[in-house]
Amino acid sequence: MKPAPFRYERPSSLEEALRALEEAGDEGRVLAGGQSLVPMLNMRLAAPSVLVDVNAISGLDEIATEGEGEAEGEGEGDRRYLVVGALARQRTLERSALAASCCPVLPECLSVVGHVPTRNRGTVGGSIAHADPAGELPVALLALGGEVEVAGPDGVRRIGADDLFVGFLTTSLGAGEMLVRCRFPARRGAVGSGFAEVAPRHGDFAFAIACASVALDESGRIAGARLALGAVADRPLLVPAAGDVLGGSRGAEPALRAAAAAAQAAVDPADSLHAPAGYRRHLVGVLAGRALRQAVAKASEQLTKGGSR
Amino acid sequence: MRRIEVDVNGSRHVRHVDERRLLSDFLRHDLGLRGTKVGCEHGVCGACTVLLDGAAVRSCLLLAVQVDGCRVDTVEGLAGPEGLHPLQEALHRHHGLQCGYCTAGILMTAVEMAGEAGPHSVEEIKQRLSGHICRCTGYAGIVAALSEVVGS
Amino acid sequence: MRRGSVRSYGLHASVKARARASGPSASVEDRGGDRGGTLGRWRRRGTVDYRRMMVTERRAEAPTRPVGLLGQPVRRVEDAALLRGEGWFIDDIDPLPNTYHAAIVRSSVAHARLSGTDISAALEVDGVVGVLTSDDVAALSQPFPSVLDVPVDYRPAAVDVVRYVGEPVAVVVARDRYIAEDAAERVTVDYEPLAVAATVESALAPGAPVLHEAVGSNTLSDRHLRYGDPDGAFTRADLVVRKSFRVPRSTCTPVECFGVVCHWQKSTSSVVAWCNFQGPFTTHAVAAHALGIPASRLRLITPPDSGGSFGTKSSVYPYVVLMALASRRFGVPVRWTEDRVEHLLASSSATERVTEVEAAFSSEGRLLALRLDMIDDVGAYVRAPEPATLYRMHGCLAGAYDVADVDARARVVVTNRCPTGLNRGFGGPQLYLPLERTMAAAAGMLGMDPAELARRNLVPSSSMPYTTATGAVYDSGDYEACLDEALRLAGYSDARRDQGTARAEGRRIGIGLACVVEPSVSNMGYITLSQTPEARAQALPKSGNAEGVTIAMGPHGGVTVRFTTTPQGQGHATVATQVVADVLGVDPALVDVRTDADTAANPWTVSSGNYSSRFAAIGAGAVHVAAGRLAEQLRAIAAPLLGVEASAVELVGGAARVAGEPSRRVSIRRLAGAAHWDPAGLPPGVDAGLATTAYLALPGLDPPSADDRINSSATYGFLVDVAVVEVDPETFAVKILRYVTVHDAGRILNPLLAEGQVHGALAQGLGAALLERHVYDDQGQLLTASFLDYLVPTATELPEPVTAYFESPSPVTPLGAKGLGEGNTMSAPAAIANAVADALGLEDVEVPLTPGRLWSASAS
Repeated sequence: MKPAPFRYERPSSLEEALRALEEAGDEGRVLAGGQSLVPMLNMRLAAPSVLVDVNAISGLDEIATEGEGEAEGEGEGDRRYLVVGALARQRTLERSALAASCCPVLPECLSVVGHVPTRNRGTVGGSIAHADPAGELPVALLALGGEVEVAGPDGVRRIGADDLFVGFLTTSLGAGEMLVRCRFPARRGAVGSGFAEVAPRHGDFAFAIACASVALDESGRIAGARLALGAVADRPLLVPAAGDVLGGSRGAEPALRAAAAAAQAAVDPADSLHAPAGYRRHLVGVLAGRALRQAVAKASEQLTKGGSR
Repeated sequence: MRRIEVDVNGSRHVRHVDERRLLSDFLRHDLGLRGTKVGCEHGVCGACTVLLDGAAVRSCLLLAVQVDGCRVDTVEGLAGPEGLHPLQEALHRHHGLQCGYCTAGILMTAVEMAGEAGPHSVEEIKQRLSGHICRCTGYAGIVAALSEVVGS
Repeated sequence: MRRGSVRSYGLHASVKARARASGPSASVEDRGGDRGGTLGRWRRRGTVDYRRMMVTERRAEAPTRPVGLLGQPVRRVEDAALLRGEGWFIDDIDPLPNTYHAAIVRSSVAHARLSGTDISAALEVDGVVGVLTSDDVAALSQPFPSVLDVPVDYRPAAVDVVRYVGEPVAVVVARDRYIAEDAAERVTVDYEPLAVAATVESALAPGAPVLHEAVGSNTLSDRHLRYGDPDGAFTRADLVVRKSFRVPRSTCTPVECFGVVCHWQKSTSSVVAWCNFQGPFTTHAVAAHALGIPASRLRLITPPDSGGSFGTKSSVYPYVVLMALASRRFGVPVRWTEDRVEHLLASSSATERVTEVEAAFSSEGRLLALRLDMIDDVGAYVRAPEPATLYRMHGCLAGAYDVADVDARARVVVTNRCPTGLNRGFGGPQLYLPLERTMAAAAGMLGMDPAELARRNLVPSSSMPYTTATGAVYDSGDYEACLDEALRLAGYSDARRDQGTARAEGRRIGIGLACVVEPSVSNMGYITLSQTPEARAQALPKSGNAEGVTIAMGPHGGVTVRFTTTPQGQGHATVATQVVADVLGVDPALVDVRTDADTAANPWTVSSGNYSSRFAAIGAGAVHVAAGRLAEQLRAIAAPLLGVEASAVELVGGAARVAGEPSRRVSIRRLAGAAHWDPAGLPPGVDAGLATTAYLALPGLDPPSADDRINSSATYGFLVDVAVVEVDPETFAVKILRYVTVHDAGRILNPLLAEGQVHGALAQGLGAALLERHVYDDQGQLLTASFLDYLVPTATELPEPVTAYFESPSPVTPLGAKGLGEGNTMSAPAAIANAVADALGLEDVEVPLTPGRLWSASAS
C-alpha cells in the first residue's frame, strides 16, 4: 500500500500555489492535511501526477474574528464572522477559545472528527473542500450559514455554504481555484446551536448527522432556524423546510417534532454498509429533533442571560 | 529525490528521499528506527503515531519530504539513561501491552497528553485512545496506566 | 490412577505459589513492586474463593517450602524490549542481504476463468526482477493436501480459475515495495466471468455454480452423527424449541499483518522461511508437500515477537509457499509484507456458520436432547486446518449442560469467498450463540428465569470428571458455584427488579447470560471426524497434542529455554520464567526464554504452536517437566558434594541445599561450572551436558472412536457471563451497563496475564457482538476491506468488566492449569444477544447487533 509516483510541489506563497495548480490542470491535487487524500494515495484510489503541498504557505492558518464589533454581542446590525484560514488544523480550531465563544458548535463537532492525531494534521479548509457528505465540518458550515473564500486565477471570491456543496465529494470551486478561508457567522444574541450524530464508534463516519442553529427574537419566538444533515445524501444537506416550520414558533415540542418530520421527508438515504436506509431515515428524525432541541435550549439560555440583540 | 533535514529524537539526519516515500517507511527503513510500527497505512489503527513538532500524527499519512526542517519524536527517544519513561513504566505495571505492536503509537499519544494541561478525565483518556487499535488488551490496562500518569 | 499421579506434581508448584503470597523473597525484584496497581485492582475485583482456601489449607500438610513465583501476578519480562521499541517483529529483521520485495496481483472478481495474464508492461518497470505467474505456480507446486478426500486443487495462487476476490494471480518481485506495486498495476489479467456463489444459501441452491468441477458439488463433506437416542428424547419432550442462527464472518485483525521472507536454495532444493507463523505445525508439512520437498527441507523461523494473531497467522503458510516459489523462480530472497487491505481481503476469517437448532425440554426445564444442523462456509477452498472449525467443539456440543442425547449434522460448504481459518474462539462462537440463545428462548417459553433454567441443566460438580454424549471428558469444575458468583456480582435479582421499573419509565434494559465450557489443548484427532470411521480406519490414527521444550544451563548458571509455542503477546516467556525459577530455585533474572522458533533447532511436534489456548496447560506444563529433569541433574551433581542422597537435595535461592539444613549448601552456579568445566568430576551416571529436552502429551486424548466419540480437547474450563445492557429506544444504540465474567480455568499461573487474556478475549467477543462483520455483496466483493469499514472496538466502546476466578485444578495438566484466552469470544456474543433481545422483547436478533438491525427488528 504505497503511493504511485507523482511530482511534488511545495509552494511558499498562494500565488505560487495557484500557478502550480493551473499548470497541473486536471492532474494536480492540493495536499493540505492529507488525512483523506494520503489514504487514497496509499491505496492507489487516487494517483494525481502532481501534488501541490500547500502547507508551507504562511498566513493561511489564522483563527480570528472579522466584522463589526470587537467583542461578542457588539456591532448590532452587521454580521460578525469567525474566520478560519484554510490551513488551520482541526485540532487548533477545536481548542480555540475564540471558536468556543463565537461558534461553540464547532469544537463540539470537531471532537468527533476522526481522532486527535488526524485532527492535529487535518485542516479545516481541507475538510470542507473535500466535501464528504459525512463530514461534520461541512454540515456545521451549512447549519451556521457560513461561507468560504476561494482564490483562483481570477482573484478571490466568496461562496456561500448553500452554494458550495454540489455533489458527492464535489464543490462549486472552479478549476485552478483553492479554498483559502472559511467564515463562520459568530454567535450573537439569543442564538443557539445543536449537534447530534450516531456513529458506530467514537470518531467514525456517522450513520447520520444533524446540526442546527436557532435565533430567537426578544419575545422568545424563533426568528430563524437552520438545520443541516450529514451522511444521508450525496452532499451535506440543508433542510429549509425545517426552518420554515419552526419560524415564529417558540420551539416547543410539537413544532420541533414537525421540523424533525420535515427533515425526514427531505431525505431519501440509501442503505449503507452498517445501517439500512430505513434506519437512517428514522435517525434523521431523531437527530434533527435532538439538535434543534439543544439549539432552542441554548438560544433560550442566551435570551435569559443577555436578551436578544 | 529531495534532500531533507530532520531532527529525530534530538539527532539531525540529512537524507535524500523519494518524494512519495511515507514518513513511516523513512523512519523504519531509512533511519532504522523500527520501533514505530505500521498497522494499516490508512490512518486508522494508530500504530505508526509519532510526534511531529510535539503533536501526535500518523506517520503513514505524511510524506517524508513534508517533515523537512521539523522535529520528529519516536518511541526510541522515550527512555532515558536513568530508565523507562513514566508512561512506559505505567504500561508495564498495569499490563497495558501484550503483543506490543500498538504500544509505540499509544505511547506517543500519551506523551502528547502528558505535555498538555491536565489532569485528563478517564473519559478524555478513552477518547484519546480511541484513535488506537489494540486487539490484545481490551484497553483497560492502558486506560489505567494513562490515568495514573496523566489522569486526575 | 493417571489422574492421581499427575495431580501430585501439579500441586507441588501451586502450593509454592500460595505460600509465596504470604512472604517476600529477595530474589525477585519484580514482585516487590507497587501492589496498588493492577495487582491491587485484580485482588479487589477477584472474589473470595473457597477453592483457593481449600488449596491453602491443604498446604498445611505439605512440608515448608520456599516461596515461589507461580500463581503470582509477576510482571512481564517481555515488556522491557517492547516498550522501548526494541521488539523484533518480522518486518524489523533483515535476515538476508539482497532481499527483493513482492507485491501480489490479486483477483478483482469472485469467480472467473483466467484467460490470459499479460506481464510484459510490468517487466519493463525499472527495478523489477520478474513476475511469478499462475502458470509458474501450476508448474512448480503441488496442491495443498486436505483431510477431506475431495479433488479440490488448492494452490497458493489461482490456477486456471479464480474463486474469490483477492485470490493471488501473480507475484511481482522488485527492488522495493513501491516499485513492486507500480509494476503490479501494470499486470493485466483477463477474466471470463463465472456465476458467483457468495453465500452458503446460494452455494447450496439448485443450479448453483459449482466451485470445484471435479467435486461436482459445493458440499464437500456431510456427516450425520448421533449419540444416545435423540429421536426418543424428542418424542418424550414436553417442549421443543426450534431456532435458526447465522454466525457471520468476522476476523481478529492483529495489528501486525502477515510477513514472510523466503529463500530457495537451489543446490539442496531447500527453503528457509522467516515468517510470523503461529502453528499449528501440521501445516508446516502441508506447505512442504505443496513445495514438493521433504518437510525436513522446509526450515521455518519465526521472529521472537509477533504483533498479535489470535489464530489468523496460521494462514501465513500459503504465502510461505508462494514466496518460496518466487524465490525459486527468480533466484533471490523474497520478502512480502501483507498490507491491511490484503489482510482484510484475503488472509483469513472466522468460518460463517448457519445452524438449525432443535432442543427438547421436559416441562421442568431439563434439556433432554439437542439436534444441531450445522453448515460451515469455509470459503473457496478447504485450507488446512479447516474444516476444523466444525469439529473443534465436538466433544462439548451440549456446552455446560448434562445432555445424554445429541444429534449433529455437520456440513462443509465452499463459497466464492476468502478461505476461512483460525480466529480466536474457533468453533466456539459458532456453537454458543445458537446454544445459549436457544436456552434463553426456552426459558421464556417455559416461563422460567434463564438463570434457573441454566442451573437445572449444568453438569453437576459431583459428576466430575464428566463424560459428554459426544465423548469429551470435562476434567474438573463447579459450574453452579460459578453461576452463583456471576449472578451475585451482577446483582442479578436487583437488576431484574430494576429492569421492570426502568421499562415503566420508557427505558429498555436487558439482562443476558451465557454459560460456556471452554476447551483447551486440542486433540488433533478431532479433525478426522470429518472422515467416516471406515476412512479413518485406513489412515494413521491421530491424537496429536504434544509440545516440546529444551532447557539448558550455561557455565555461569544462566538458563536458556527454547520452545515452539510462537507467542504473540500472551506472555509465554514470563510464565516459563516463573516455572523455571521455581523449579530450579534460580533468580528469574538468570532465565532467558527464547520465543523465536526454528524448525531446525527447536523441539516441536506437528501440534506445536499457539492455538486452542494451549500454553498454560501444555506449554508451561512441558517447561515444568523439562525443568524438573534439569533439577534432577543438578541434585545428582550436588548430592556427593553435600554428602546426602539426591532426594534430600532441594534447589532454593540459587543454591542446592540439604532439606531441613539450609546451611549445608552449594551454589547452583558452582554446580553449573562443575558440569561444564569438569565432566570428569561428575558423579557416575550423570550426563555431561546440563541440557535436556522434554516432550509432553496430555493424558486422555485418543483418536476418535469407531462410534465417532472424541475427547476433542485435553482440558475444559468454564465461564459464566452476565451482561446488563440498555438500548436507546430512539437510536437503538446499545450501551453495556455492566459486564460480569466468572472463570474457572483451573490453576491460574499468573493472575495478571490471566486477567489480560480475559479482557482481550472479551474485547473481541464484544466486537463480534456489536460491531464486527465482513460484508460481501452478491457478487462476492468484500465491502469491509479497510479499517474504515471493518469496525473493531476501541477504548470508547468497551466496558470495564467485573471478573472473578475460581480455581478447580485440572487433574490432567502438570500445573493444574487450563486455557482461558478464548472463552469470552464464545460467551460475549451470546450474552449480549440475550441481553439485547431481553431489552427489546425480540425473539430473534442477529449479530453484530448494530443499531440499524435492532431498529429493523423492532419495527417489524
